[in-house]
Amino acid sequence: MRRVLAVVHARNLEFLRDRSALAWNLVLPMALVLGLAWVFSGPERPLFKVAVVAAASPGVPAHPFLATEHVDFYAPVSREDAITKLSRHQTDLVVDLAAEPPSYWVNTQSGKGYVLERLLAVAAGEPLQRHTVEGREIRYVDWVVPGILGMNIMFSGLFGVGYVLVRYRKTGYLKRLRATPLSAFEFLLAQVLSRLLLIVSVSCLVFAGTNVLLRFPMRGSYLSLLLLAALGAASMISLGLLVAARVDSEELAGGLLNLLSWPMMIVSGVWFSLEGAHPFIQIAAQLSPLTHLLVAARAVMLDGADLTAIAWHLAVLAIMSATFLALGAASFRWSRS
Amino acid sequence: MVAILEVRDLVKRYPGLTAVDGVSFAVEQGTCFGLLGPNGAGKTTTIEVLEGITAPTAGQVLFQGEPLGPRFRAAAGIQFQTTALQDFLTVREHLALFSRLYPRTLPLDELVQLCALGELLERDARKLSGGQRQRLLLAIALVNDPDVLFLDEPTTGLDPQARRNLWALVESIRGRGKTVLLTTHYMEEAYTLCDDIAIMDHGRIIARGSPGQLLAEHFSDVVLELPRAALQRLPEPFPWTVLAAGERVEILTDDVAATLRRLLAADIPLAGVQVRPRTLEDLFLELTGRELRA
Repeated sequence: MRRVLAVVHARNLEFLRDRSALAWNLVLPMALVLGLAWVFSGPERPLFKVAVVAAASPGVPAHPFLATEHVDFYAPVSREDAITKLSRHQTDLVVDLAAEPPSYWVNTQSGKGYVLERLLAVAAGEPLQRHTVEGREIRYVDWVVPGILGMNIMFSGLFGVGYVLVRYRKTGYLKRLRATPLSAFEFLLAQVLSRLLLIVSVSCLVFAGTNVLLRFPMRGSYLSLLLLAALGAASMISLGLLVAARVDSEELAGGLLNLLSWPMMIVSGVWFSLEGAHPFIQIAAQLSPLTHLLVAARAVMLDGADLTAIAWHLAVLAIMSATFLALGAASFRWSRS
Repeated sequence: MVAILEVRDLVKRYPGLTAVDGVSFAVEQGTCFGLLGPNGAGKTTTIEVLEGITAPTAGQVLFQGEPLGPRFRAAAGIQFQTTALQDFLTVREHLALFSRLYPRTLPLDELVQLCALGELLERDARKLSGGQRQRLLLAIALVNDPDVLFLDEPTTGLDPQARRNLWALVESIRGRGKTVLLTTHYMEEAYTLCDDIAIMDHGRIIARGSPGQLLAEHFSDVVLELPRAALQRLPEPFPWTVLAAGERVEILTDDVAATLRRLLAADIPLAGVQVRPRTLEDLFLELTGRELRA
């Protein structure tokens, strides 16, 4: 026991004297708690979601149905977008008072839509034209699978190369490589390619394995999804390399990687859609490679989007990968400070 | 002779410390150059600047008349004082990995034979003994058939047998016309292997020359060793320098016959007396005023 306590004491001293690691260990959990509290705080979620394309139009009085309590009346991007969401059960009813004649759309396969239609019928006011849509519900699991695969790519990319690089530096292996004609860029690129191969292979296996059990929809092209996974993984690996480009403490590297990965996981919509979240979060989400990976992956898998439809996200991921890798190579340090 | 490496007014400063303080020397092609000094003398910093691993604060290092660049990297073989290797790779895989980093390489068979790695090729590098590991690191340093080979304390921590095996290896590398630049704590190692020696202390070179030249320049005497008990019986006055060295006493004399006569006259038994020439270790102690520390 005395020997154990002696080792515990020595390790405590080491930890306490590594000020950077100590700071991260204190700051990171606090930042996470505050960040999560901010993102998920606010009033309770309403029971129903109704997309209101137009709440009024000249000559049409405000409809009393729109004053129903415990219903989230929101303005969609467009009527088409709202109807698409309605077909997937992501919205329960669509109302457009500016349509000619004023109309509503309901998904005949939605229980919530049925209830809202009954409420609409008993509300006093101008009768609205009924339109119906059909569509199978996108299960939560269908929606969350791309999120989990993306999250796996993120953690594997960030930590898989970040930690290894720091360990190589710490043990002097990088110094040995520096004595060869190998350039920093070549070394980093090799790390990206090696990890990329691993991540894409593992992701394919996980995709195939979970699909056998969950039978989630795959409406787009497998090739598009593969390209997207490769670019998403490349961006995460390059980011991990950038973080570890100069660090020689594994604990500091862990803190920095956690600082990046946890907020990305929160703002990128791995578990929950951030539709309707604070505008700041929406902007922050655009800075995260995980957001682009997930939005595009869901578009391919759930909507059958082709390469043109996700071109913007692919371009952002490619630019991020190149930028992180270039910055990592420029700031790279072979030896310990 | 042609200088393969030339160091001009080299300075390396760290906050609060000048590790190398205006060092200049040239290393001739095909020779073994030894950089000696106690811990903290600045020899590892100097060799790392020469290897292109550490940037100098001031001064210049030239390889075949040119500043260090890609040509130097391809032509230099380096064995650091401590080097970690990638986990889970065998000896063969390590050699293959490093071979692929260079445009010109020695054939694997030749390298394996040179460094006596034949029976170890399929072994996980983490399971090698100290001597075997040093041979692997030396093989990695030789993988590109280098023109100049840097060895930073290559035998530190090895048992005497492994050390002598490594010396034989270095001799055989020298026999292939390679230039070797060596740092070491071991004076016997420097004496055996080096044609040219620079002794460093406090970041400066304090002596330079071949082992024979250095000894001839600094010493005209020899050492006469006696059991320590003789110390009590030495006559007064005694005209030669007497040093206590553990269980023995060392008398530094330039006239062995006269010294022995004086000891006999004082009735000191001569059983156990040894006469030896002065060594690099004596020179080192005289110049640095401190003991060697491994």
